[in-house]
Amino acid sequence: MISLRTRLSLVLLLATGVIWCCAAVWIYVESKTEIERVLDTRLQEAARMVTSIATRASPTDVDGRMSESAEVPSASYERQLSCQIWSFDGKLLAKSTEAPSERLSDSQEGFSDRIVGKEPWRVFTVEDRDKGLRVMVGDSLTLRRRLVTDLLTGLMLPMILILPLLALAIWAAIGKGLRPIGVLTAELGGRGVDDMKPLEVGRTPSEIKPLVEELNALFGAVDAARRHERELTAFAAHELRTPLAGLKTQAQIAIATTDEMVRGQALRQLVVSIDRTSRLIQQMLTTARLDADAEAACTDRVELRRLVDEIVAAHPSGRREIAIDFTSCNPSIETNREMLGLALRNLYENAIQHAPEGSSVAWLCRRDGDELLLVLEDGGAGIPEDELPLVVKRFYRGRRKSDVGSGLGLAITELALKRIGGNLALTNRTDGSGLRAEVRLLAPRRSMPRREWGAIHVFDVG
Amino acid sequence: MRVLVVEDDAVLANGLRIGLGLSGMVVDAVATCADAREAVSSSSFDAIVLDVTLPDGSGLDWLSELRRTGDKTPVLVLTALDEVGDRITGLDRGADDYLGKPFDLDELAARVRAVSRRSEGRASSRLTCGDIVLDPATLTVTTAKGTFRLSPREVVILSALMKRAGEIRSKDELETVMYGWQEGVESNTVEVHIHNLRAKIGKDAIETVRGIGYRMRVRE
Repeated sequence: MISLRTRLSLVLLLATGVIWCCAAVWIYVESKTEIERVLDTRLQEAARMVTSIATRASPTDVDGRMSESAEVPSASYERQLSCQIWSFDGKLLAKSTEAPSERLSDSQEGFSDRIVGKEPWRVFTVEDRDKGLRVMVGDSLTLRRRLVTDLLTGLMLPMILILPLLALAIWAAIGKGLRPIGVLTAELGGRGVDDMKPLEVGRTPSEIKPLVEELNALFGAVDAARRHERELTAFAAHELRTPLAGLKTQAQIAIATTDEMVRGQALRQLVVSIDRTSRLIQQMLTTARLDADAEAACTDRVELRRLVDEIVAAHPSGRREIAIDFTSCNPSIETNREMLGLALRNLYENAIQHAPEGSSVAWLCRRDGDELLLVLEDGGAGIPEDELPLVVKRFYRGRRKSDVGSGLGLAITELALKRIGGNLALTNRTDGSGLRAEVRLLAPRRSMPRREWGAIHVFDVG
Repeated sequence: MRVLVVEDDAVLANGLRIGLGLSGMVVDAVATCADAREAVSSSSFDAIVLDVTLPDGSGLDWLSELRRTGDKTPVLVLTALDEVGDRITGLDRGADDYLGKPFDLDELAARVRAVSRRSEGRASSRLTCGDIVLDPATLTVTTAKGTFRLSPREVVILSALMKRAGEIRSKDELETVMYGWQEGVESNTVEVHIHNLRAKIGKDAIETVRGIGYRMRVRE
């Protein structure tokens, strides 16, 4: 990319140059016309002047006058003009010092152009019948042209010299004009790596203002992202401290006690706590990953029933009854399998955790108009009404929390569902105790074409 | 020494109960502000170990409330938030000491002892009565006859007696001091411990007041 300065300068020079050339041509043409006119007028005047001062000539005086004619002064005229005085019967009565002997013009009166002795002449002829004279004054065109050229050169030369000066001035002016960009560059360059302060918009020229404003928006976004990251890291570090304190305390007990039973118990607690902490860390990383990926990249055809079966199989159900009801609707969905699996798995883990032994956990799938509804109900204690909106927040642990929860499960579920265009609703069961988790996934009708990002295209299997 | 632990993490709470128990303290553990409120209203404690992030509110809010009621039980705040600003807030809200997680168990025990004895106006955690010196930190008692190791329970009873030397402590009181709510009381245990103590520090160090309780004999 050529530099802005070069580009601007060239464009300006070109434009200025073209206009300047046109002007020059126009001046040239106009001036030439004007000069020619002036010269012609002068020619006319000269002829008339000669006519008026020429003495009457008689045929008998002609020969005698020939020798005198050489002395006819042409004092009033510049050497470019040549004058001939002819009698009506074709005798040359007089001529100016350097005038050619050949007849200057054939015509009667007025202007004519003629080649005389290989040179082009412009001649003005005046007849004076009273005196019997025909006066011809001619302008050697060669000489005239030289005059015109000299004049125009004198006119044009400064203009030509101006051009490089103009170029220089344009170059310098543009350089100065583009200085704000240089200032901006310097300011940005002088910043530290972490400096996300917005740039001052006040004094920037209006062309650069949008750029500066966009930069500031970018700074703002990057700053927010970094702050979020820092907060997350700080939060994570903070959340890990309590489990770590538990680990340390139990370990110290195991070391300090002499009672074997106490030691055994402490070590068992240690193992439990390590498992919990590992899970917490795993979920923190998952959350961080969900945060970072803005889009659920690839989609597959996912048989919902199959996914649920896998999730159930992966978690020992203890003595709980697990029911899976896909009778009214057994769909395959086009979505990101990993995200959906993550969301459903976390819900299911919660259900298993909170449903006591002997109670039931049930999956149900049905269509609700345009949407696909996947419901998970458990026979646990439910969530207190005032906590329902809070439980999806990160690290939130309610009053009825389990021993092994991290506070992240529901946050992960919600985040993952959002990525695939679904949503989560939590309510307490009205027909018994326990929680009802509803996962809604958008399902366009079969005939509709697939929507763009985050689309879920549902086909009914069987 | 009776300590109330307010901590919602089950493993940590269990660790504190047993860990501080090894140092001779009797620990009651609760997991919410509401339970803590109930605990202090029904019993008195020598010290409270308080976690800040509790499920039903901030531990510090409860602490302010506690101080407003005039309760001067020494409180050591235990928390994951360990920036200087957080420490200052905790101390200004009425905490007597502040420890960040994770912590060293022995350090925690020592600090609990320290805040407790500060509130009692004692400079050292050692209790002295005549030529009997009880050191709860090392679970030992030193007499003219020598130094003896005591069990945590024995430390609890002896320090209860020595703190109020010359006053009668009823059997019920001693039982309360010895046991938290989480353990059952065996009715003869106080006698057994008194017996064992007497074997170590001398028969006449502890006087039995028939029908009422026991008393630490004050020697000149």
